Amino acid sequence: MPLWLFAFLGALAVIASLGMVLQRNPVHCLLALVLTMLDLGAIYIGLGAETVGLLQIIIYVGAIMILFLFIIQLLNLQTEPVIGGALGLKLLGALGAAALAAELAVLLTQASPPAPAAALPAGYGSIASIALSLFSNYLIAFEVTSVLLLAAVVGAIGLARRLPAATQAPVSDEAGENIRSAAG
Amino acid sequence: MTPVSYFMGLSAVLFAIGVAGMIVRRNLIVMFMSIELMLNAVNLAFVALGRQLGSMDGQVIVFFAMTVAAAETAIGLGILIATFRNRATIDADDLNLLRW
Repeated sequence: MPLWLFAFLGALAVIASLGMVLQRNPVHCLLALVLTMLDLGAIYIGLGAETVGLLQIIIYVGAIMILFLFIIQLLNLQTEPVIGGALGLKLLGALGAAALAAELAVLLTQASPPAPAAALPAGYGSIASIALSLFSNYLIAFEVTSVLLLAAVVGAIGLARRLPAATQAPVSDEAGENIRSAAG
Repeated sequence: MTPVSYFMGLSAVLFAIGVAGMIVRRNLIVMFMSIELMLNAVNLAFVALGRQLGSMDGQVIVFFAMTVAAAETAIGLGILIATFRNRATIDADDLNLLRW
């Protein structure tokens, strides 16, 4: 990736992610995050990881971010009012994050980077090479992933499901009875 | 050709912005977005280092990180909806039942 392209995409990523933190309307925050994700996808493609870059755009921007958008609309979130009281917390957050960024940047850039590979293998970043890795070295992890996703689906339904009032009320009454009888 | 340390620096900055969002914002959904930003910052480091080493492992790990992020989003947003239904708020400062 040429330096000028990195400078442009990197600056865009930082500005967009700062926009996510600083905006008060949740939808604007989300759009800024979508811009960051698209930008990172472009960086991945620039790094020769075409498949991961496209997956980033499809999965993150196309699925996860849209899910966030649905939730924001479902909860009908409005622009947050300006609250003056939490200035100390904001200052602490900004200073702490700046210190963390400086520390991480120094650590990561000072750590002796691995010597660049002489030449990238043929088909680097293609679907075929990722699939070859996934279904040979990482086969067990790949299979466990399906269990994880199934658990997530079941858990999400269980959490978001509205319990019928008929089943909810007796349970709470019973619990109250138990507490009262234990206390008595 | 951009040196790999530049990508590491960008990754560090994005991660720190995510941490700042986590501390500064009180809106649960924006805090959740900050977590996504931190995950993406680490993914960037994986892809850049994998490219440097000429190895596919970094990209495969990013693939798994995306899967975990998808599962985490589904569960997290489910918790958020359950919270909103019970308390009619998603402000982290209003959820103070376990606070002393």
